[in-house]
Amino acid sequence: MRSYVPNTEQERAEMLKVIGLDSMDDLFSDIPEDLRLKRELDLGEGMSEADIRRIFAAYAANTRTDMPLFRGAGAYRHYIPAVIPQLLARSEYYTAYTPYQAEMSQGMLQGIFEYQTLMCNLTGLDVSNASVYDGATAAAEAMLMLRDSKRKRKVLVSEGLSPEVRWTIRTYAHGSGVEIVEIPLTDECRTDMEALEANFADAAGYICACPNFYGCIEDMQAVSDKVHELGGLLVSYVNPISLGALKRPGDYGADIAIGEAQPLGMPLSFGGPYCGFMCATAKLMRHLPGRIAGQTTDADGNRVFVLTLQAREQHIRREKASSNICSNQMLCALTASIYLSVMGPEGMAEVADQNLQKAHYLAEGIASLPGAKLRYPNTPFFNEFVVDFDKDSSVINAALKSKGYVGGMRLGYYGCDDNGVLFCATELNTRDEIDGLILALEEVLK
Amino acid sequence: MTPNDRRYTKDHEWVLVEGDTAKIGITEYAQEALGDIVYVELPAVDDTFEAGESFAVVESVKAVSQIYTCVTGVVCEINEELDAQPELLNSDAFNTFIAALKITSIDESKLMNAEEYDAFVASEH
Amino acid sequence: MRSEYKLIFERSKEGRRGYDLPKLDVPSLDGLVPDEMKAQSKLDLPEIAEIDLVRHYTNLSRRNFGVDNGFYPLGSCTMKYNPKINEELPALFSDLHPLMDTDLCQGALDMMYHLDKALCEITGMDKFTLQPAAGAHGEYTGLMMIRAYHELKQDSARTTIIVPDAAHGTNPASANMAGFKIKEIKSAPDGSVDLEALRAAVGPDTAGLMLTNPSTLGLFESNIKEVASIVHEAGGLLYYDGANLNAIMGVARPGDMGFDVMHLNLHKTFSTPHGGGGPGSGPVGVKAELIPYLPSPVIMACHGGRVTLDYNRPLSIGKVKSFYGNFGVMVKAYAYIISLGGKGLREASRNAVLNANYVFSRLKDTFGVPHDRICMHECVITPGEELSALGIHTTDIAKSLIDRGYHPMTVYFPLIVHEAMMIEPTETESRETLDEFVEAMKSIAAEAKANPDALHAAPVTTPVGRPDEVAAARKPIVKYERQ
Repeated sequence: MRSYVPNTEQERAEMLKVIGLDSMDDLFSDIPEDLRLKRELDLGEGMSEADIRRIFAAYAANTRTDMPLFRGAGAYRHYIPAVIPQLLARSEYYTAYTPYQAEMSQGMLQGIFEYQTLMCNLTGLDVSNASVYDGATAAAEAMLMLRDSKRKRKVLVSEGLSPEVRWTIRTYAHGSGVEIVEIPLTDECRTDMEALEANFADAAGYICACPNFYGCIEDMQAVSDKVHELGGLLVSYVNPISLGALKRPGDYGADIAIGEAQPLGMPLSFGGPYCGFMCATAKLMRHLPGRIAGQTTDADGNRVFVLTLQAREQHIRREKASSNICSNQMLCALTASIYLSVMGPEGMAEVADQNLQKAHYLAEGIASLPGAKLRYPNTPFFNEFVVDFDKDSSVINAALKSKGYVGGMRLGYYGCDDNGVLFCATELNTRDEIDGLILALEEVLK
Repeated sequence: MTPNDRRYTKDHEWVLVEGDTAKIGITEYAQEALGDIVYVELPAVDDTFEAGESFAVVESVKAVSQIYTCVTGVVCEINEELDAQPELLNSDAFNTFIAALKITSIDESKLMNAEEYDAFVASEH
Repeated sequence: MRSEYKLIFERSKEGRRGYDLPKLDVPSLDGLVPDEMKAQSKLDLPEIAEIDLVRHYTNLSRRNFGVDNGFYPLGSCTMKYNPKINEELPALFSDLHPLMDTDLCQGALDMMYHLDKALCEITGMDKFTLQPAAGAHGEYTGLMMIRAYHELKQDSARTTIIVPDAAHGTNPASANMAGFKIKEIKSAPDGSVDLEALRAAVGPDTAGLMLTNPSTLGLFESNIKEVASIVHEAGGLLYYDGANLNAIMGVARPGDMGFDVMHLNLHKTFSTPHGGGGPGSGPVGVKAELIPYLPSPVIMACHGGRVTLDYNRPLSIGKVKSFYGNFGVMVKAYAYIISLGGKGLREASRNAVLNANYVFSRLKDTFGVPHDRICMHECVITPGEELSALGIHTTDIAKSLIDRGYHPMTVYFPLIVHEAMMIEPTETESRETLDEFVEAMKSIAAEAKANPDALHAAPVTTPVGRPDEVAAARKPIVKYERQ
């Protein structure tokens, strides 16, 4: 059995004496006798480090991470610079709590301030919070921001948001009494502007994804102009890597930009921990949920960072707070900061371009195969695209698996009657891998 | 000290009635108790409030306080100066209104005059 | 040693480069993005060489303080040691995509299934969801299940959640987000639930009661069975805030006390590091009758030992985030549980309670003591009358502790104790560490009497002094603007 308790039996006895008790059991005299557990927890005898390593190696061996991966759908495999895990291993960061005591937490507070600045510069907006749990909860929190800032209980949501995100929004909407109206996509996978306009009465705003779940890029300037003409606010759900190539939300007038920061240096890690980012215009600053770091000075005039605008938060406002968030994903936000600092403007432009190029090379290859065609051939896309096959998509994916490939995401997975497959390629998919997948698909489609 | 041109509530707000409008602010005692005020969440013009409802929120660094209206009515004016200078409530509480309401009804029986209010504050200690 | 520290932007120089990408090995095409959707200008991000970046973040970390640097008795946060073996394990799953076919991710699902089982054994609940990312997120999830439970019974009048005034701020905030009205009840003077106040508060509108046990005062709710029966007889459900579970692992179980739904904080009780504010993990456990409402998907074992994700949950509250939760955090927590085993977890809790009582016993003659009795894993003290009369506040004591090399305790919480200082030493601290901390506290009290002004000036050993928080809030500067 492993124990992290330093005190010896003798020390424990001495400490009990100081307290004035005879036995460890006396410490628990407030717990009624009939509630005390009369047996040991059935969790084994404990294990050595070597045992732990062996057990987890066995769990890991029962997963496959060595196959070429062409699946994204909200979680993306990107290159993670070697400096990231090394710097995150600094236990001054990872063993700290929330920076409540500013004087001994300047490292993390400045880290948050830098993260906020980086995310604002990436999205073209004025203010950022210190992160929320993930992209889906960022969308749910943005829905509450729309409700509170416009004081309207109806929010429009694009069907182009991922099913995971839409599902999360619905859960939160039910809790908070917000009416959600989903706006369909056109045949070209863009916002149906007529439906948007027709449903806008009494709506606080519109949450729209770009690139959307199907990889498509829409003309967000046109969406933004329409939403504002109708008197609403625009929330733009973006893939942060795409902003190396695409117009920033702030540049087309989005009021709030949110998304999943996982592509910025976080491993896939079976779905988490990831990091939701939220940026907004200065006007909406007080409606942002969660922690925000601010700059001020100490008595000597030194620049100091503190948690600020705390009166918005649950520990002060309690049931009047617009969000209950307390813990966030701070270490993941720091990861995103380091990633953006490593990449810089040139690196972000290059990685975005590589994603575009690889995905288009893959798309062209698949589209050339008999029995396969792109669903939206005329719509620009980033690093994902939908393919329709003549054959059953689960048969295709099973066959690819037997050839050693993780194929695209079957759209039917989410319970809808859709035989399409969402493929993804990033800078980490080599040409050999892509050519291999196309060859394998050709055989499968025969 | 406490101006006698207006009335006071037990929640330490003042109300100054001029014709059919009521300007509402917080008292010197209230600003002292709240400490450094960093933000005032103002209502919007045309918002309607019932007497006893909260119509604004005053924030200090580590606390928030609801400000209640003692009249029923519609907001006709807000003190936008407070957006940039919330500290005015600290430096000049009696000359800094938060919002003015066009009065639909007012229950004078629950309000105190300056002398009664001073006695009320004294009795709370 | 006061010093400012440059921002990463202030170290940037045009043309510097720290990134390294594989060479593009497919043909490069132009015009993939139409002009109206293209980036308009170069992003304003730092341009920095790798060595300068590494030094920036390394030296920035030296301006931060974690459990590995020293004693961190932050009450209600359970800042225990974070075992290093656990830190190396998540990397085994770094490249595992969450939407892999289930036959390609059995090992991960199996681990989650076993974590669920272990948490059930520790708490006496019947099933856990691992989806919530933090404690408050778990509260929200549990409350949405309580709501769904009453909705299914078409009991639409049950719109109120009762919350004691000693509760964490997240409790009422979560209840509000889940669409409930909040009824706050005053605690008895010892911080326990006032049974009369509770009886008066329950009724046909009661959806449930949220309770932390041990309470936020570090005291076990001896009347818990009575509390449970009052709430249940009124038709409500009982929610357990697991923030303080570190007091009772292997000693008593919320499921045996009458709780119907609860959350845990893996980043508190189960030793996963807090990461400077996150990521955490807030699994939610329920009794059998609430299983249908768990978030989707639910992890299920099938015949033949296979583990699957069940999305076919018609009564589920839905999803509360993407995928299945903070998997990397779960890995660390499960490693912790199986390395300690049943006996080890019990020893952890018993020593956590021993350490708290030891510190309390040694401090109670010097400081104010709202409740002089055996506490659980944390204790609450105050500056006491003598120091208060000298104008010494909890803040002054906290800041003086910083100068003595300690992270302060939780201050000004719980709200029901004026000038509260809540100390949670955890089981992983040695007697010497506790003794040194006690001596530091006593020396602060002595200094306060000799020279109170010195305390108001603390801390003096840190890179920066007390920040002007009023200026920060009045004129917020929340990002760097280039000069």
